[in-house]
Amino acid sequence: MSGAVSRRDFVALMLGAPLAAKLAGCSSHAAPGLPPGVLIDTGMATGHERLRTLLAGNGVAAMAQLPVARHHQVIIVGAGAAGLATAWALRKAGIQDVVVLEHCDTIGGTSRGDAAADFPHPWGAHYIVAPMLEQTDLTELLADMGAIEAHSADGAPIVDEALRCRDPEERIFYRGRWYDGLYLFAGANADDRKQFAQFNAEIDSLASVRDATSRRGFAIPVDAGSNPAELTALDQQSFASWLDQRKLTSPRLRWLANYACRDDFGLLAQDTSAWAGLFYFAARQKRSGAHAQPVVTWPNGNDALIQHLARGQTVERNTTVVQITPQSASQPRASVIALSPQGPMHLSAQHVVVCVPQFVARRIVVGLADARKGDTPDYGAWAVANLHLRARPRRRSGDAPTSWDNVIYDSPSLGYVSATHQAGRETGATMWTWYYPFCDVDAAAQRQRIAGATQADYAEVVLRDLQRAHPDIRELVTNIDIAFWGHGMVRPRVGAVWQPARLARAAAFGNVHFAHTDLSGIALFEEAYGHARRAAREILAAEATPHDAGVR
Amino acid sequence: MSKPVGEPAASSNSDGAGEPVLETGSDKTPLPVSATALYLNVFIVAICGLIYELLAGTLGSYLLGDSVTQFSLVIGLYLSAMGIGAWLSRRLETQLAKRFLEVELAVALVGGVSAPVLFLAFAKIASFQALLLGTVVAIGILVGLEIPLLMRLLEGRVAFKDLVSRVLTFDYIGALVAALIFPLLLVPKLGLIRSSLAVGMANALVALWGTWILRDELGKRAVLSVRIRAVLLLALLGTGLVFANELTTRAEDEMYADPVVYTKTTNYQRIAVTAGRAGFQLFLNGNLQFASADEYRYHEALVHPAFAAYGDGSAAPAASNGPKRVLVLGGGDGLAMREILKHPSVQAVTLVDLDPGMTSLSQHFPPLAKLSGNSLKDARVTVINDDAMVWVSNNRDLFDVVIVDFPDPNSFALGKLYTKLFYRRLAARLAPGAAVVVQATSPLFARNSYWCIVATMRASGFNVAPYHTTVPSFGTWGYVLAKLAPFDPPHEVPNVALRFLTGPALAAMFVFPADMAEVPADVNYLDNQALVRYYEREWRRWE
Repeated sequence: MSGAVSRRDFVALMLGAPLAAKLAGCSSHAAPGLPPGVLIDTGMATGHERLRTLLAGNGVAAMAQLPVARHHQVIIVGAGAAGLATAWALRKAGIQDVVVLEHCDTIGGTSRGDAAADFPHPWGAHYIVAPMLEQTDLTELLADMGAIEAHSADGAPIVDEALRCRDPEERIFYRGRWYDGLYLFAGANADDRKQFAQFNAEIDSLASVRDATSRRGFAIPVDAGSNPAELTALDQQSFASWLDQRKLTSPRLRWLANYACRDDFGLLAQDTSAWAGLFYFAARQKRSGAHAQPVVTWPNGNDALIQHLARGQTVERNTTVVQITPQSASQPRASVIALSPQGPMHLSAQHVVVCVPQFVARRIVVGLADARKGDTPDYGAWAVANLHLRARPRRRSGDAPTSWDNVIYDSPSLGYVSATHQAGRETGATMWTWYYPFCDVDAAAQRQRIAGATQADYAEVVLRDLQRAHPDIRELVTNIDIAFWGHGMVRPRVGAVWQPARLARAAAFGNVHFAHTDLSGIALFEEAYGHARRAAREILAAEATPHDAGVR
Repeated sequence: MSKPVGEPAASSNSDGAGEPVLETGSDKTPLPVSATALYLNVFIVAICGLIYELLAGTLGSYLLGDSVTQFSLVIGLYLSAMGIGAWLSRRLETQLAKRFLEVELAVALVGGVSAPVLFLAFAKIASFQALLLGTVVAIGILVGLEIPLLMRLLEGRVAFKDLVSRVLTFDYIGALVAALIFPLLLVPKLGLIRSSLAVGMANALVALWGTWILRDELGKRAVLSVRIRAVLLLALLGTGLVFANELTTRAEDEMYADPVVYTKTTNYQRIAVTAGRAGFQLFLNGNLQFASADEYRYHEALVHPAFAAYGDGSAAPAASNGPKRVLVLGGGDGLAMREILKHPSVQAVTLVDLDPGMTSLSQHFPPLAKLSGNSLKDARVTVINDDAMVWVSNNRDLFDVVIVDFPDPNSFALGKLYTKLFYRRLAARLAPGAAVVVQATSPLFARNSYWCIVATMRASGFNVAPYHTTVPSFGTWGYVLAKLAPFDPPHEVPNVALRFLTGPALAAMFVFPADMAEVPADVNYLDNQALVRYYEREWRRWE
């Protein structure tokens, strides 16, 4: 490990002291027997490097003096889900002069994946929830992809069976055995079961909240819901305290609640807004008594959506936007300054759509931080590993079979998904994607502590974690690649979602528009996509008015 | 595995760490050897005891399924039986050292032979569960006797607080060692039967060693008698261990009616062939696939109706315009292939079976090669070993007849081959006029499962003609004949050599009596495999 922390401390930090204990004898630099692999760049290394270059020169001020090289009708900053969806929606609506500037060498942001590998696999977000009838925007995208196979009697879209997560969806490892499902029924006593039923009844009633126009109380995306005050008030308490109030203290149920928060938000239930914790369960249930909506997934995760959205788009990669100046009385066009592989460039645009997180947006959009003071959304760090296995681990008799999602009960990791599950291959070589959320509330301090961890450090953590469930894992893994997402996802801490500052984030700033998951406060593809469609509509509406036509 | 006995261990180490103090000067003479030897003895005995318990739990869940119930019963009964043993210990009043070693030998015997005996008994006796739990209780009682006897042996020679602390510490820590070596070492390296025998031998050796530790307490005669018994027991268990390989297949033999003549564990399944007076049978994972005596009924009924149904319905196809390209999914035994190759119109047959072990068996296991007429070696046949779902999704050829002959949908891995998605992908591989047939489990024993397959095929865009026949070794068996265009069930059999099918017999197969008639059933989807749940529920009633 190149940082100050030894590998043993790093393992202890990620998995707890007991699992690190056996490492005592290992020297800190030698990594005998660890599989090869790389730590992939998720944008941080590139970003910091480019900013250093910029600051070493005369910085942005000098670049602003450059003549305007190009003008575009729309410039989109960031080729993640929000940026590409905005570009896709605009192009579908007939706006052709759209260019997307992306700081990384790859597109997709945290929806990134690798579709070209032997086993296509995700690097981040890897599923969406099948759309309900009212999610017409998302249905339009899936239909565009050929992913809607039919409609049910009530008109709701039916997603292609090949994309609906194959049975068995989840299994859980507990005390030496794999069990079916995510809730641990094995060994649950009558009280555990009663509390689980009570919790499900609470979710059932929350999933059936409707307003006078029959809008859902909890909806995906968040802004599509009626969000009545009695629900949004839940944002002021933690999910853990909400459970406490109802005397829902069963360890298995609390584990499930914690898992849901770690999985979707990168937080523990004690730090998660109760509104968000309940949203996880209630928003994906169609109506009272219904099962959760099917999970829609691809071997390369949400990268499949990204690849579709990016088709035919102009994306300029390795191009870091450093300053955006919105239109003013004297300057009706927005100005965009970026560092491209060819050097600094100065562009102008009728509209700019900022599809990067707020902590970046507030630095690059001139005047934004001053106009919207004191808004500090919180972002959690994530580690994702992709493991190539030459064969499947030995399966003990009586174990639940390998599922899409394979979770270890006593682990701070989220377990792994199998890239070959959906295709139906249950034997032979495969790829597993292992997820780990850093749940510390002080994300900055945690990022500091793990800075400098190497591929080998992470590989040791991954293997040590999986070894409890698969004792033969070390013999089977031939490669481990790691991604570290320093600001992986915006986190719905207590009070973070239903606060004025969050609601103000989505409003256009002159002719600068915004689309990103942090405008919702919840990091789901559906949120990024929802904001992209809204931003595209803002631009289409502006383009349709005579006032804007005059400016042009 | 939940181990309540392990819990107090942590709190019991807190006491003094020094060697136990032998109380010198008391009126009892101190033991001639260190008490540590006896503690070590307890330690090993504790390990062996827990391993027998784990063996019983594992065996129960292997053979009876439902691991939660099995482990719960085994652990609970074992612990309470230990209580009974402890209670009974007060009745043993004399010759404590001898009794202690005899109990150890008894544990070694009952525990050591437990797994082989249970394995053999599984196929023999009806009340296997009772035998399993009886064995657990017997071992539990014997183990429960040990600690009280030992403590009484040491009574007065060691300070009581040290005695209790030491004995219980070793006993509880032994449980941890057992819990670790059982899953990590014994089961993977030795398997259940050999683990059982080996642990029994370790137990007997400990008893033998005990005759030295306690020789002054025992007296010469008792030493000799215990030693003789220990050696005999070691010889018995050792012999068992030497023949354990044979015993494993013997145990498997006992699970089938006829002797096992061939077994092979492939990456995918356990193949077993048994042979008896009525010919031979092939089993996959313990499920009968065919019996040579009546498989012709099954395979004629599987293959020829689809050939008869091929065509656009204008006229009965002459040999020259009969089906040319045939696809077989599953069917690695080559028996359906034998029937297919009877049709002179067939030019090429592709057979896709997951397991190379199975398709190779059909070519290299003489009785099966003969029964299948060496069909897989025919020049027209191409054998592909791949998952059928993956293959069908990637293949771009068209076929005139498709024979789908998978094992029954008793797992999600097999259930995916009965989903709407699978049938839709299969439909895309059909040439005009093509006919498909699917083996569809028993409409009598698993009525909902059968009609679920029919409903799924309908939902996938097929027109269907469900039918059934009787295969004595299976019972009543069901198939689904399907085409993309509407069609009438065929009533004329193709003009090939047949032992079973006739025109009237064919027509009768499409008639369903009341107890097998259609019931409403859910469609089987990839993400919601209703079929696997139906199947599990329905077949459980007959097992």
